This record gives sequence, C-alpha cells and structure tokens, in this order.
Amino acid sequence: MTAEHGTDLAISVRGLSKSFDRKTVLQGFGIDVERGAIYGFLGPNGSGKTTTIRMLCGLLRPDAGSGTCLGYDVIRETAAIKRRVGYMTQRFSLYEDLSIRENLDFVARIYGVKKPRQVVRETLDRLGLTSRQRQLAGHLSGGWKQRLALAASVMHKPELLLLDEPTAGVDPSARREFWDNIHELAETGVTVLVSTHYMDEAERCHRIAYLAYGHLLARGTVAEVVASSGLSTWVVEGAPNGLAVEMRGMPGVDSVAAFGRRLHVSGRDGARLAGAMTAIQQRGLAAHETVPSLEDVFIRLMSEQPGGNA
Amino acid sequence: MFSVRRFAAVVVKEFVQMRRDRLTFAMMVGIPIVQLVLFGFAINSDPKSLPTAVLANDNSAFSRSLVRAMENTGYFRVVAVVDKEADIRQMLREGAVQFAVTIPADFSRDVQRGARPRVLVEADATDPAATSNALGALKELQSLALRHDLKGSLAALQGAPPPFEIIIHRAYNPEGITQYNIVPALIGVILTMTMVIMTALAVTREIERGTMENLLSMPVRPAEVLLGKILPYSAVGGVQVVIVMAAARLIFDVPFVGNLWLFGALVVVFVMTNLALGLMFSTVARNQLQAMQMAIFFFLPSILLSGFMFPYRGMPAWAQALGEILPLTHFLRITRGILLKGSGWRDIAPEVWPLLAFFAVVLLIAMRRYRQTLD
Ligand SMILES: Nc1ncnc2c1ncn2[C@@H]1O[C@H](COP(=O)(O)OP(=O)(O)O)[C@@H](O)[C@H]1O
Ligand SMILES: [Mg+2]
Repeated sequence: MTAEHGTDLAISVRGLSKSFDRKTVLQGFGIDVERGAIYGFLGPNGSGKTTTIRMLCGLLRPDAGSGTCLGYDVIRETAAIKRRVGYMTQRFSLYEDLSIRENLDFVARIYGVKKPRQVVRETLDRLGLTSRQRQLAGHLSGGWKQRLALAASVMHKPELLLLDEPTAGVDPSARREFWDNIHELAETGVTVLVSTHYMDEAERCHRIAYLAYGHLLARGTVAEVVASSGLSTWVVEGAPNGLAVEMRGMPGVDSVAAFGRRLHVSGRDGARLAGAMTAIQQRGLAAHETVPSLEDVFIRLMSEQPGGNA
Repeated sequence: MFSVRRFAAVVVKEFVQMRRDRLTFAMMVGIPIVQLVLFGFAINSDPKSLPTAVLANDNSAFSRSLVRAMENTGYFRVVAVVDKEADIRQMLREGAVQFAVTIPADFSRDVQRGARPRVLVEADATDPAATSNALGALKELQSLALRHDLKGSLAALQGAPPPFEIIIHRAYNPEGITQYNIVPALIGVILTMTMVIMTALAVTREIERGTMENLLSMPVRPAEVLLGKILPYSAVGGVQVVIVMAAARLIFDVPFVGNLWLFGALVVVFVMTNLALGLMFSTVARNQLQAMQMAIFFFLPSILLSGFMFPYRGMPAWAQALGEILPLTHFLRITRGILLKGSGWRDIAPEVWPLLAFFAVVLLIAMRRYRQTLD
C-alpha cells in the first residue's frame, strides 16, 4: 500500500463512466496526472468536467471504471482522499450566512488543522481580508469569493487541488493573481487539476485534456494537442465585410473566426483548404498559413457533432 | 472514528447560522406566544350559561327549585323543558344543548319519603373543557337546591346524605380534560411543531444552497453532522420550554406537583426525539418545501391523535394505535403525570421507553439515509 501511495501519479483513472437518469454524462474517461503538475481540464458546458472532478474526490460514485487518487482507490477509500484533497467547487459553496472568519474556522476545524486559530489568522493576512474578517461571505464580490474559496481549500495543505472553473467571472488582474498563486502552490509539490474555459489559462497548464459530451477528445501538452488535431489554419488580413460568411461555405473550410479585419480560417483537410485560400489570394487579399492556436483547435473540436454518446 | 472536534465545529457553525436566521428566532419566541394566546386565553376554558334541556316528569315545586338552583350557578341556562325522553336525547345529540337534565317522576314524593331519588345530568362532553366546571358545580346542588323547600317537618331531610342524588353522565367522551391540562400540554405541542420543522430544513437547506457539496468534500462523518445539527436546536427547545413553563406558572397558575428535574430530563428526551425525526425528514426530502410538508403532515396527527385535541380514550381503537406511536402522546402523559399528578419515575417509565425507541429508530434511519455522495 505505502509503495502505491508513493506513486508519481497523483491521479490515475481508467474507464470512468457516469450516467444520471439513464443519460450518459461521462463515458470511459481515463487520465494520468503526475504529481506537481498543473493539469487543465477543458470542454464546453455540460461536457462532464464537474462530474469527473466530483468522482475524483469521492462526491460521486462512478458507475464503472476504477483508479486511484493520491494512491487511494477512488471508490473504496474516499475518506482518505477527502483528507488530502482540496476541492474548490464551481459554484461558491461556503456558507454565505457565516462571516469570512467563521467559514475559515469551520473548514480548518473540520480538516483537523493543527493550530487552527493561527492558520486562519495567517490565511486572512495573506488574503488581505483581516480587516473584513467579520463580513458575511455572502456579501463578498465574485472575485473575493473565489479568493476565499481557494484559501479555504488549501488551509489543510492538500496534496491535490481540484479547482472547478475557479476564475469564471473574475476580472483579468484577479485572474492573473490567481494563476500566479496556483503556480506557487505547484512549485511546492501540490498537484492541481483545474477546469476552465479560458485559452490563456489553458496555456498556463503543463498538460490539458479536452472533454466533449462525456468523451475525452484530446490530451497532452498544448503543443501536442495542437499538433494532433490535424488542423490547418490560415490567416486572412484586411478582410472586407461579408467575406467571413462567404468563406464558411467554401470547400475545405470548417470554421472561420473573425478578429477585427483578420480572419482565422481552419479546416481538417489541409489540401482543400489551401485550394480555397489560393482562390482568396487571387482576389488580391493577403492570406498565409499559420500554426493553429489552441482556440482554433477547440473551436474546431466544439463544432463537432455530439457523436458517440447514447 | 467519531471526532469530538469536528462535531464541535459543526455545532458552532449551526449556532452561528441559527443566530443569523431571523425566521428561526421568530419561530422560537413567536410560536410559544401565539399558542399560549390561542389555547390559553382565546379558548375560554370556563364557559358559562350553557344551553340546557330539562325533562320534567314531575312538575312539582321541588323540581322547579332544582332547576332554578342550577340556573343560579351561572353555568346552566335552561332553553327547553320537554316531556318526552326522545326529544331530550335528540337535542343533546344534535348539539342543541350541552346538558340534558332528567328529573324522575315522583321526584318530590320520593324526596319527601327520604327515598333519595336520582336526577340524571347528561353532558355533551365532546369538548370536555366546556363542561367540567359546570359538572363540578352540581355536587353542591345536591345539598343546597332544596334548602328552602325542606322546612318544618321535612327539615330533617336536610344535611347528609343529601335529599336527592345527581348522577352525571358524560356522553360521547368519558375522559374530562381540565383547563390545567392545556397549558402544560402546549409544551409538547410547541416542541413537536418547531423542533421537527427546524431540523427538517437543516439538511435540505445545505443541499438547496449548494453548501452540501463543500461539506461532503470534507472529511466529516454523518454522525458528526447530524448530531452537530441537533444540539443547537435542543437549546432552542429549552428556551421554549422555559417560556411556556413560566407562562403556565405565572399567568395561568398551573400547579406543578411533581419533580421538575425529572420533567426536565424527559423534556430533553422528547426534544431529541423530535429533532431526530426532523433530521430524518431532512434526509428524505428533496427540497425545503417537501421537508416542510412532511413536518406539517406529521404535526397534524400529533395534535389530533395524541390526546391533545381529543381525549385519548374517546378515540376509536385504530386511532389509539396510531396515537401510541406518536411521541407527543407519550409526552403528554408524562407532562400530565409529573406536573399535575406528581408521578414519579416508576409511574411514567412505561411512557419513556416508546419515546426512546422512536428516537433510536428515527435517528438510525436518518443516518442511513444521509448520503455521503451527491448521487
Ligand atoms: N446530479 C445530476 N443529475 C442529473 N444530471 C446531472 C447531474 N449533474 C450533472 N448532470 C448533467 O451532466 C452533464 C454534465 O454536467 P457537468 O459535469 O456539470 O458538466 P460541466 O462541468 O463540464 O459543465 C450535464 O448535462 C448535466 O446536466
Ligand atoms: Mg462544471
């Protein structure tokens, strides 16, 4: 057992499946996450990210599949997992009718943190919330709620942090700060699994996994995911009005994204796309091939039909 | 595996949340007061001038004296004098009169002979509180009603035994509840209502607000959560008991005959029983509304079948069997026993075991139903 708990993998699961009311929400999901890694979890809404995270920390029982989290069985040893994992829920789930301090006190004592008063005091200081510690958590703004929730989930020094869309609705500077924080934690050896919709956040992860309609569609480093997508992307500069719409109908073009006057045109069939782009160039427009961005890849993946699930 | 520290953390959290929850606070103080006003004041427990029918088979001066004496007590108001037995029965059954007085034929002759005739007073005791004082006043009448008629040679018939006898028959409902019953019984009623409702919301509230997800992701055990939720509400129950007891003593002059410590201990048992039941509802219900409905659904039979509204012995067997399961039934007997009759532990022990059994079963179900996952 101890040898297993010393494994290099913080998370190792295979074939996880889950359905609610006979609707399959997750199908044969498996990943390996190394200790100390920041693992990004991407996918459209309803793709099963939250469900997966809940199964990893023992909040949901998988219908099928097996695996370990920090070396403990995800089905039988949930109590041990809960003691070592910090979970930040997608929706704020601390007590809105308790003050900031009371929430932290409660969480610290439930985890049996040593010297809870001191730990809570330090946490408040670090957050810069000492002067507002008596304020009700429900009265905090979105950004502060996230900070409080993150602080609450790391007080017991977890080995694994599960963060479910921690920066949704948070302003850019708070997001930057949040991610700096996560990198600091990772440097101390904490493993972080974080779900997000933001591309810039995905690019700050060591590895990412892309989930859609309960299926794992891609995983690896950002470069690997881009390379394995088989996508070709071209950039068209100075596009006149109406060109984006026109190009969506052209052979070989799967998606067109406009960035002001610049268009990103992507397609899986590189040769046909190149043919279409030649036609554009002949009209006197500047077009050149580029490396697809993660966003191009995800937009492509997202536009795929929800195939394969029951 | 049960951790006192984690349990204490839950207790503290629940206390703070309760303090912030105005509704709970309003219920804690408001419900006892509303019920005291409703049952203690608004419901007149000493009604007078109750409609009375007389079947006078003997139209004599003696019977007229008796009827007049009854009216003079203030409790009886003769609304009909009839001469057929069927008529008087009918009036009583219909509720047209509260009392039916049957004066036998030869009443005056039998009195004079010293044969001590019997006057039958039938009371509609469906609302026993309404009749008990009136019936109590009848005893005196036996010796006083004919005081002025029995003079001269008949004077010897005065005194003991009285010249005639009044037989009381409480129709429809043999057990009479005195007014003292109501106020102490309110302790049980109020506790049943508030304790069950408050805890019924305790777990569903966490689910509805989304805080359950966080709570379940932490290493806290069901027993720690459930007992941690019970304890603060027990304190609320204690406050309510003190309010009602103070009102009973200071406003309603209810006598406290028995041992108050014994009573206090059993109040704790009763409170825990109701809290556990509320928790069980809380683990079964899907949302707060359902939990509330379950609590009310339980509250109704508790009030109706426990002997609070209707005397227990006046109920049909099936209702008694149901009532026997309800904690309030046993607690009412305990309350009456200790406060009014001065019963000791031995007398009321048979009522305590069913309470404890109910508590154990319900708490066990709650713990089993309490899900440690979100499925
Ligand atoms: N407790 C539940 N009961 C029924 N359906 C659920 C439940 N939780 C999630 N789902 C469904 O499962 C799907 C995946 O949800 P979720 O894991 O929350 O996705 P994501 O976090 O990627 O947005 C959604 O269609 C959602 O409606
Ligand atoms: Mg989600």
